[in-house]
Amino acid sequence: MSSSIESLVNKEYAYGFVTDVESDTIPRGLTEETIRLISAKKNEPEWLLDWRLKAYRRWLTMTEPHWPNVTYAPIDYQAQTYYSAPRSVKPLQSLDEVDPELLKTYAKLGISLTEQKRLTGVAVDAIFDSVSVGTTMKTELAAVGVVFCSFGEAVHSHPELIKKYLGSVVPYSDNFFAALNSAVFSDGSFVYIPKGVKCPLELSTYFRINAADTGQFERTLIVADEGASVSYLEGCTAPKRATNQLHAAVVEIIALDDASVKYSTVQNWYAGDKDGVGGIYNFVTKRGKAQTNAKISWTQVETGSAITWKYPSVILQGDNSVGEFYSVAVVNNRQQADTGTKMIHIGRNTRSTIISKGISAGQGQNSYRGQVKVLPKAEGARNYTQCDSMLIGNACGAHTFPYIEVANNTATLEHEASTSKIGEDQIFYCKSRGLNAEHAISLIVAGFCKEVFKELPMEFALEAQQLLGISLEGSVG
Amino acid sequence: MLKISDLHANASGKEILKGISLTVNAGEVHAIMGPNGSGKSTLAQVIAGHPGYEVTGGTIEYDGKDLLDMEAEERAQAGVFLAFQYPVEIPGVTNAYFLRAAFNELRKARGEEEVDPMEFLDIMEEKLKLVEMDATMMQRSVNAGFSGGEKKRNEILQMAVLAPKLAVLDETDSGLDIDALRIVAGGVNALKRPDNATIVVTHYQRLLDYIVPDSVHVLAGGRIIKSGGKELALELEAKGYDWLLEPAGV
Ligand SMILES: Nc1ncnc2c1ncn2[C@@H]1O[C@H](COP(=O)(O)OP(=O)(O)O)[C@@H](O)[C@H]1O
Ligand SMILES: [Mg+2]
Repeated sequence: MSSSIESLVNKEYAYGFVTDVESDTIPRGLTEETIRLISAKKNEPEWLLDWRLKAYRRWLTMTEPHWPNVTYAPIDYQAQTYYSAPRSVKPLQSLDEVDPELLKTYAKLGISLTEQKRLTGVAVDAIFDSVSVGTTMKTELAAVGVVFCSFGEAVHSHPELIKKYLGSVVPYSDNFFAALNSAVFSDGSFVYIPKGVKCPLELSTYFRINAADTGQFERTLIVADEGASVSYLEGCTAPKRATNQLHAAVVEIIALDDASVKYSTVQNWYAGDKDGVGGIYNFVTKRGKAQTNAKISWTQVETGSAITWKYPSVILQGDNSVGEFYSVAVVNNRQQADTGTKMIHIGRNTRSTIISKGISAGQGQNSYRGQVKVLPKAEGARNYTQCDSMLIGNACGAHTFPYIEVANNTATLEHEASTSKIGEDQIFYCKSRGLNAEHAISLIVAGFCKEVFKELPMEFALEAQQLLGISLEGSVG
Repeated sequence: MLKISDLHANASGKEILKGISLTVNAGEVHAIMGPNGSGKSTLAQVIAGHPGYEVTGGTIEYDGKDLLDMEAEERAQAGVFLAFQYPVEIPGVTNAYFLRAAFNELRKARGEEEVDPMEFLDIMEEKLKLVEMDATMMQRSVNAGFSGGEKKRNEILQMAVLAPKLAVLDETDSGLDIDALRIVAGGVNALKRPDNATIVVTHYQRLLDYIVPDSVHVLAGGRIIKSGGKELALELEAKGYDWLLEPAGV
């Protein structure tokens, strides 16, 4: 039994190749000069440089958090490279001008930046190391007033929106990694959906780390104006390298009155080898603020990274606002994940749902950490939390850290938790019906993750299926 | 069809089957009876290929093949079916999906085309009637939250859909009320063909009122201590097992 489980969870990382492009990479190390250099490379206005510098100075006073249930060697922030971009990428280039090497890279990752992408109804922004390579379907989106472009481009095209919302949900002082990101962030995506517009396409950003010893610090900002709605997808991969690479992203979502934002992630950064050498350190701050009747829904499938530290959260500011968090986190070999969410109930009749599925294999350690906080004015707030862990083998671990703070006694909170092991009996039962062990495990794991997978948009459900080696058809839906 | 010769098997290092020989021909129904803990389920699981049991001696020949050399799924694909004494729950996987996956694996093994969900629905409809199961059961997770009777009926449904050559029913009658018993037995009888065979493991004679066996075997202490015709079951019903156990040294 164990050999078949191993072969399933130890599928070779398929995205570990390196693209040979000439890069413009700045020297290692982090000083005010580094930040000025990044800002200058991006031709940024003064106000943004000032904001970065404030963040940097704040960062200098902060210490790296060590409360997550993960262990790793100290990070030398001066040994990192904070900016690297393929030389061939020109500012505001059109897709026809994109370097064929880069197009090939994305094609290998299953992302087509060329015309055929139209067929699938998805617009893509492709981020390669520190810059955006290009964004597809821009004209189609512009026709309905949707802005979807790289962050760097938005700084120039929509400075008033950036000024208004940048740091409004995750201030630069929020935490160590958010401060670092605010100081050195390179690129990312910007989305604006105007009042009452239902975005006609799925928006998708694909993040690729290529350069060695380079951190990726992307910044994503999504603003859904009153009554607007959008579904946004994010995918991530990186080459196999023996050194750890830092990824410290910030994602901010603003959902104004009656707006709805669905944010889905399939995170498949390189996880390191079976002995825990190499892999991405994934330290990410994701948070949304929901105004009256607004809804923010996070769905994540986390399969990669050596270390994951990530708590996509929702501030339920407005009355009747809704926050959701659906998560599948898989750890194998020496991977460590400390992930979960925060649901902060401020408005009346605010509702939140948390469904977390942790799968641990090999010597992986998986922690769910979740906070539900109900503030005094949150009359009638409701939360439902379900937190399930599945263990494959005997050397892995699953941990749960729920934090509950309730300051309004009309609130209703429900919490359910379970831990199970993939049983030999379940596998044998499937085998006795003609399914081989791999199929059996896929089926059992898919069943376990069902409530989360059904939240994913179709294309991502398929990617998640491939990632977990899972046959989803029919068992999810 | 099935020839078991001097089969020995261990679980957790302890010998449970201590030399079992049994021949089952196509078209036959064999009943295996015996006290609790005598090794009936172990025999059933060894036939199906449970990896938790170690076969330490003997052979099992099935359709001219060495059954013990086959993986559990290969046995299923070759037409062996076990209705579990304790059917296993698979949360989140619908009964319909599970059964279609199994059905298609068996078809693939025979070199036939897989069926799509719509075609499968048609196949299911008739089989559901046979075991008087509601179609809504197909949308529930495999065995999860099923009552004891529902689980047993679900096993027979799977058997009906997978149409095995050799079916082993492990105490499918236990815990069933008389109506459910009739349904289960009716299902088994309806599936009986000259080219398939059934081994019915049971505790009670009452199932054998509905499924009439060609042979009855008494398994005790890991051995078959007596075999006979269907009248043996009635004798056991009247006298219990003790009169057999002592002379057999169990
Ligand atoms: N996996 C196992 N490990 C250890 N002992 C087992 C195992 N399975 C069965 N046994 C033991 O083997 C004997 C026969 O069990 P079983 O085949 O289930 O009997 P029956 O089905 O006739 O009631 C019992 O004593 C039981 O405790
Ligand atoms: Mg038994």
